[in-house]
Amino acid sequence: MEVKKRKKDISGVLSLTIVRLMFFFLVFILILLLGKIFIEGIGVISPEFLLDEPRDNMTGGGIGPAIFGTVAVTLLMIIFTVPLGVFSAIYLNEYAKDTFFTRVIRTSINNLAGVPSIVFGLFGLGFFILFIGKGLDKVLQTGLLFGQPALLWASATLAVLVLPIVIVSTLEALNSVPKSHRDASYGLGATKWQTIRNVVLPQARPGILTGTILAVSRGAGETAPILFLGAAFFLPNLPIADLCIGGYCIPMINPTEQFMYLAYHIFIMATQSSNPTKTLPLQYGSTLVLIALTFLLNITAIIFRYRFRKILGRL
Amino acid sequence: MKEIKIVIKNLNLYYGDKQALKDITLDILDKRVTAFIGPSGCGKSTFLRVLNRMNDLIDHVKIEGEVYIDGVNIYDKSLDVVNLRKNVGMVFQRSNLFPKSVYENIVYGPKINGIRDKKILDEIVEKTLNQAAIWDEVKDRMNENALSLSGGQQQRLCIARALAVEPDIILMDEPASALDPISTAKIEELIHTLKQQYTIVIVTHNMQQAARVSDQTAFFYLGELIEFDRTTTIFTNPSKKQTEDYITGRFG
Repeated sequence: MEVKKRKKDISGVLSLTIVRLMFFFLVFILILLLGKIFIEGIGVISPEFLLDEPRDNMTGGGIGPAIFGTVAVTLLMIIFTVPLGVFSAIYLNEYAKDTFFTRVIRTSINNLAGVPSIVFGLFGLGFFILFIGKGLDKVLQTGLLFGQPALLWASATLAVLVLPIVIVSTLEALNSVPKSHRDASYGLGATKWQTIRNVVLPQARPGILTGTILAVSRGAGETAPILFLGAAFFLPNLPIADLCIGGYCIPMINPTEQFMYLAYHIFIMATQSSNPTKTLPLQYGSTLVLIALTFLLNITAIIFRYRFRKILGRL
Repeated sequence: MKEIKIVIKNLNLYYGDKQALKDITLDILDKRVTAFIGPSGCGKSTFLRVLNRMNDLIDHVKIEGEVYIDGVNIYDKSLDVVNLRKNVGMVFQRSNLFPKSVYENIVYGPKINGIRDKKILDEIVEKTLNQAAIWDEVKDRMNENALSLSGGQQQRLCIARALAVEPDIILMDEPASALDPISTAKIEELIHTLKQQYTIVIVTHNMQQAARVSDQTAFFYLGELIEFDRTTTIFTNPSKKQTEDYITGRFG
């Protein structure tokens, strides 16, 4: 055979260069963004900043109530969304037959994830506050307790917002459990529920957890849906009430109060401040805290997913 | 002297519109090994799954005809399928152990049947692992992940797991097709010992295996039962031309 000289593949080299440039551009932007926030924000971070309430018309003090509000809202959101999402996914994947109707539902769930979050906010205002809240007030004769923007409704709305994420990731996790394992269980005389509980769910658990964590980090970073659902401009008192049973009182999150929210707080400081130069460092600090919070949650999710893959890889 | 364990009468099975099994009538003898042979897609595995109603789990499967085990029609509407599957154990083509410990895999069946007593469970584990001739290999590895065992060991563990719910009948769907010759020999040896206590139905691609382990052999082709007889007859003096062609390797 004759040795041929390799021809230069010009289009290949060109496209590789373009792809590479795009990639480095993206990384550059990301580093610029995160780097700027980190450098400007890290100086503000201190225990006082994390715990104290804002002072002097938001030009001083900390973001304690905003962090507390964010944590409280997301906690309640988890309580609403996880059981609902996980059980719906179990029903869809394990029990529901593959019909036109269930296919429509699956598609709708996927599309729900793409609905702009402000729409969820309006939905929350109309459905939770005006319909359910006002309705509850009327039925329970509580005056104006439920029928107003509050932590409860903000959590409920965020729960609806992240529900598709929880359902879709749970569906994926359930689907990844091999059919052969279900067969083995049925073959040993297990019922459907025994199979789901003892074989399917234990293997799907890391995937479900991953989805939940991702949902939480998405919910914690949202601003638009809670704009008219109780996120307060400035509220130095934490939304806490004592829950008393007999003589013992425990401080609990009060879901009928308004609250401060990290993402909303940043928005407020940026747009409504009377002294932008003074609030600027605080803004960077708050942004850093918010990014760190979501980053932490995402990292946890990645670790779960990694462990999950390792288990699956062995099969 | 030979009792009939399973009676199948005029069985038809459809996947949607496609007929996968055509008018099958067959008796399976008690405490014997019956082998199903035939080319891929001939319906032998589907037929095996008829016997413990595993086909119920697939959508759009329709079954006509009658199947009696010990005189009970297992397609009777009032029959408890879960209980049927306890009596008719199954070993699959690929080992499908749960990603749990060796011990947990064996006690899975007994546990879902409500046995909680640790002592009884321990006894079941030792007894079934001995029956499956794998006790010596795993007795010190009870708490290891079952998936860390070798392929042959995993398959024998699957057999032990099936034995742990005390079935009468064991269905084996190409149990050795993914194994090396030594592991295959061990499985075949095991089948020999097990048939003293259990009725065994085995699907296999390997005709030497069918000849070695079985007492009766059924040859399937395109969803039909072509010939069913004693294994020695099938392999030395088949009455149908198609059977002869298949076992001599002229097709399939």
